[in-house]
Amino acid sequence: MEPRVIRFRLNGEWVRLSVMPNELLINVLREKLHLTGTKYWCGIGECGGCTVLLDGEPVLSCLTLAVDVDGRKVTTIEGLATGEDDLTPLQRAFIEEGAIQCGFCTPGFILTAQALLRENPNPTEEEIREYVRGNLCRCTGYVSIIRAVKRAASEAVKSRRPGPAAGAASG
Amino acid sequence: MNRFNTHIIPVAFEYHEPRTIREALELLARWGEDAKILAGGTDLLVQMKMRRVEPKCLINIKGIPELDYIREGPTGVRIGAATRLRRLERSGAIKRLFPALHRAIRWMASVQVRNMATIGGNLCNASPAADTAPPLIVYGARVKLASVSGERTLPVEDFFTGPGQTAMRPGEMLTEIWIPRQPEVTGSAFIKVARTAMDLAKVNVAVALTLKGWSAFNVRIALGSVAPTPMRAREAEAALEGRPPTEDLLRRVGEIASEEIRPITDVRSTAEYRREVTKVIVADALREALGMVRVGGVA
Repeated sequence: MEPRVIRFRLNGEWVRLSVMPNELLINVLREKLHLTGTKYWCGIGECGGCTVLLDGEPVLSCLTLAVDVDGRKVTTIEGLATGEDDLTPLQRAFIEEGAIQCGFCTPGFILTAQALLRENPNPTEEEIREYVRGNLCRCTGYVSIIRAVKRAASEAVKSRRPGPAAGAASG
Repeated sequence: MNRFNTHIIPVAFEYHEPRTIREALELLARWGEDAKILAGGTDLLVQMKMRRVEPKCLINIKGIPELDYIREGPTGVRIGAATRLRRLERSGAIKRLFPALHRAIRWMASVQVRNMATIGGNLCNASPAADTAPPLIVYGARVKLASVSGERTLPVEDFFTGPGQTAMRPGEMLTEIWIPRQPEVTGSAFIKVARTAMDLAKVNVAVALTLKGWSAFNVRIALGSVAPTPMRAREAEAALEGRPPTEDLLRRVGEIASEEIRPITDVRSTAEYRREVTKVIVADALREALGMVRVGGVA
């Protein structure tokens, strides 16, 4: 097994590093690039905790080989805001609706919901539930999370700006 | 099961990224059964993490453009084996021509998994619960298997030989799925019973039938998760074939299907429950398919 050099656009900036073919994206993100917002949870594709956006689409970083993102765009939760002052509407809505308790599932939920709102800026409750069904939360009971996604959607519509995902996911 | 899961892949392997089908087949010919084909990875990488599979060589086929397509033609639709489920879910042709397949894919796993997983991978993993299998079987779909020495095609129905086992020979790769256009006045439906939408099916069923006058023809009923492979309920089909689909007969067809299946008790359900629920969902799926034809659709 030989190491390979990969180059990909991570949160808007190109990174280049050497990885082994059996390395998973999540481990490269957390251990080599020290981006610990992406969470390792079930490891078998059931929980959505390790969700990142690959070319804008939500995928599971615990079941993606690092070599597979060569040449592509990866967005993690760290790519959305630089601090409290520039949170995305979706991030603000999660705080305002109390959609965060322990916070472990939050990065995965935010990224998945962001992909939803980019595809479908004004989703129904059913559509939200269907889209985030691969993200588990053991604290909130989901009600506040669904409310937060609705709130972010309606605020984006009200302010007549592009959906909350439009700017932030472009990294 | 999770006890054996790790956060790394504890297997070392030779890794290849062929750019053409030819290159992939040559690698397969060279490595034989020591090689595994990596498509979406949502099944294979889990198995490798748990050391259930330890291939010496991994052939990643996601970079092969000639395996990723949906082509609508006069006789049917051709789908590249490495086409992701999410692309099929968004395809107008699949939704319009093969609603049971569309429904099955839409309710599989999560959006993350559907962004990764491929239709060929779902078939090659050969789970008895594979959700794409029953719809493909009732539509009479065929798979194309290629190796360095040539190509052959097989009905999807004959592709599965046991849990995790397929009719593919060493050195063969699934390259394409072909689904024939269905006759006019055909209705089809898919129903899955699972604990939550994320789960694998306790039972899944697809049906298709064509109405001529008041009678049902070309009746096809396929079930998953009720036998070692996805299976057709041929006796149930025969009971309805050529007859008017009355309410009594539909219930009877469900009962026959429930006797034909060979379910086991496992973590997801019991054999008894699978038999009971099969009666209900076979009849429901037939009603849904009939409803589709009666409102004038051709799907």
